[in-house]
Amino acid sequence: MDRRESLKSIVLGSLAGGLVLQGCKPGEEQELAAAIDQKASDYYGRTPEELERDEELMEETLLTEHERQLLTVLCDVILPPGEQFKGASDADVAGFIEFMAKDLPDLQTPLRGGLLDLDHKSNTQFGKSFVDTTEAEQKELIDPIAYYDPEVPQLERDPAVNFFSLVRNLTLTGFYTSKIGIEELGYKGNSPNVWDGVPEEVLAQHGVAYDPEWIAKCVDQEKRNIQAEWDDAGNLIT
Amino acid sequence: MQIIEDSKVYDAIVVGSGAGGGMATKVLADAGLNVAVVEAGPFFDPADEKQRTQMKWPYESPRRGASTTRAFGDFDAAYGGWEIEGEPYTHKDNTEFHWFRSHMLGGRTNHWGRISLRFGPQDFKHKDIDGYGDNWPIGYEDVKPYYDRVDKMIGVFGTNEGLPNDPDGFFLPPPKPRLHELFYIRGAQKTKVPVYPSRMSMLTKRINPDRGVCFYCGQCSRACQVYADFSAGTCLIFPAQKSRGQVDLFVNCVVREVTTDENGRATGVSYINKEDRKEYKLKGKVVILGASACSSARILLNSKSPQHPNGLGNSSDLVGKYLHDSTGASRAGFIPDLMNRSVSYNEDGVGGMHVYSPWWGDNSKLDFPRGYHIEIWGGMGMPSYGFGFNANEFNKFFGTKVGGYGDVLRSDVKKYYGAVVGLSGRGESIARKENYCEIDPNVRDQWGIPVLRFHYKWSDLERNQARHMQDTFEEIIVNMGGEPLGDKPGKDRDYGLLAPGMIIHEVGTTRMGDDPKTSVTNRYNQLHDADNVFVVDAGPFVSQADKNCTWTILALSMRASEYIVNELKQQNI
Repeated sequence: MDRRESLKSIVLGSLAGGLVLQGCKPGEEQELAAAIDQKASDYYGRTPEELERDEELMEETLLTEHERQLLTVLCDVILPPGEQFKGASDADVAGFIEFMAKDLPDLQTPLRGGLLDLDHKSNTQFGKSFVDTTEAEQKELIDPIAYYDPEVPQLERDPAVNFFSLVRNLTLTGFYTSKIGIEELGYKGNSPNVWDGVPEEVLAQHGVAYDPEWIAKCVDQEKRNIQAEWDDAGNLIT
Repeated sequence: MQIIEDSKVYDAIVVGSGAGGGMATKVLADAGLNVAVVEAGPFFDPADEKQRTQMKWPYESPRRGASTTRAFGDFDAAYGGWEIEGEPYTHKDNTEFHWFRSHMLGGRTNHWGRISLRFGPQDFKHKDIDGYGDNWPIGYEDVKPYYDRVDKMIGVFGTNEGLPNDPDGFFLPPPKPRLHELFYIRGAQKTKVPVYPSRMSMLTKRINPDRGVCFYCGQCSRACQVYADFSAGTCLIFPAQKSRGQVDLFVNCVVREVTTDENGRATGVSYINKEDRKEYKLKGKVVILGASACSSARILLNSKSPQHPNGLGNSSDLVGKYLHDSTGASRAGFIPDLMNRSVSYNEDGVGGMHVYSPWWGDNSKLDFPRGYHIEIWGGMGMPSYGFGFNANEFNKFFGTKVGGYGDVLRSDVKKYYGAVVGLSGRGESIARKENYCEIDPNVRDQWGIPVLRFHYKWSDLERNQARHMQDTFEEIIVNMGGEPLGDKPGKDRDYGLLAPGMIIHEVGTTRMGDDPKTSVTNRYNQLHDADNVFVVDAGPFVSQADKNCTWTILALSMRASEYIVNELKQQNI
């Protein structure tokens, strides 16, 4: 299938519902082409095959409603919403984790098994689902599995500890790769700029300094747009 | 099914559009020739909104950039990877080789590290120094004029340091070091390992009106939409299309073989069009293979005829032999002095390192014959999949609890952000006849083309080099005031030496030489057995130094292509 055909089928599937291509009027064809182009540029440079796979995964549902609730509550225990910061659920971290478990099927058993095991413990200890526990009860359930000894190999650790580590890892990735998570972290990049070295106060904070001889060789950003020319010995003269 | 034949006869057919094929196309088009470029993958332009991944945020990918579908993550510009569905390769005697392919206009240059190092005088004649491998038939002085012109044509930043085996060039000025790189400089100098500004092909300064200047997003692996990094599509093929000659691009076309006449000379190529899955033929006066060392070897081996019963160019039986990749090993360290960093500024810089260490050792006093350079990574990068995994494991260095949740975890994430530095060694291995690719007689790919079978083993020379890397990395990390992370890989793990093919610098499969019995190509990348067939990828490398291969591919392809233009003019071929 060529790129356009593939995109067409995807857009037909997800946007145009039951619309059959052959039935398109000329105007609809154009709309469809525009939708295809829009979708492709929205999709961070996917090839047709990748786009198709992403769409398929996103259509699938893996977790039951209850599992999804368990996961949402657990992610918010790991990164709770508060006065200063947003919580995991504000970034739909549970949705991200569910997608990852579809994308990487090896995650499914430890994730789903771990959620049901946690719920079992909650039911046994408090007579109610983990979804309905209070903050104090959550602490009682989570504290025993929240810490690990890094000197003990992962395979030798309690599966419940490994389960919590897995969800913690995915929660941190899911949150800190989201828009609000990146804002909280303070990452300033991914925007066009002109790099001209580490700010003085940061150098001072870490007790390092630039070597003037080294810096003398570096780019003079004032002249970055002047076309480079060299003498015969390879010395830059512009 | 009848093969569909085009009646047009091209001056040259270029197979592959990466560094080698791209440069050949540019030189030939500049000379006013008619060129067909046959590329196995799709058209690619990083400025096309439908293909652009540069400047995307992690949350634009549902997997946040994880490597499920692309080997280096969702935003990496290389289509393909070590495994491609429907295009297998096999192994002999349980040996290991990983073959990275990127089928697209520009090939692997769309995502490569842009580390652009010239080979030095010793690198062409290393047998004279240590007795291993073979000398090249040419020397640094033969290639220097072409390196000079590649520097000026494509652009590379760096500094002239007057080093004996890391030659000076025509450099753009380098960017200033980042914070973690200042720590590396301090740690390396204390270890008596020299450090210099790195040499990479991004435009820190304008070189022509057609390409933009670097805007420091650090995402060169995603290919640059203003063409400020070197990718063969944007910097060679596109300019070639605007040049004097005629360039016809055949994309999504997989070359099966080089066709030959009764005299054994090439008449053109046959290829499979992936879109209609039919076989076609193109005619050309010259065939230039730049499909990558192993792909070009495969095409030659599959081009059997009564005149070339062992495959085209293979009377020496050396096509596919002497395959060698760079060695690679790494170690990361946690640097307490880099904790609690100010996030007040953007330190993305260029994609990759601003400083590096070229080989400094004296091999006559070591138990391995060839060197390696050190690459440095770290910093406050854009978060992507994997960010925050084992977020506070460094607590163990302070005797506090590892794991947990809530506000403490949150502050640990920020405390440690940007406090890890990694060191990677990339070294020279010895080219050996026993390491090779050949045709697997029993397996075809989805295009019906016989596939490659690999046989590759490291020797103790490479393992000893990796051990030296590990010792050096540990010492540097400690001298940076850091804690080396993970276990130091020992003998049982080959000292962390990565499997062959993992560094993606595979070269040597059509090596050059003056003697047709011991080489496949001559000193102009021309087959000994068919004078109108050339190989311009890394196949003709006799050895590959501890320098990444791209700059030498470009220089040699330029040299061979000018030779071709001249030979065509004089009607010698």
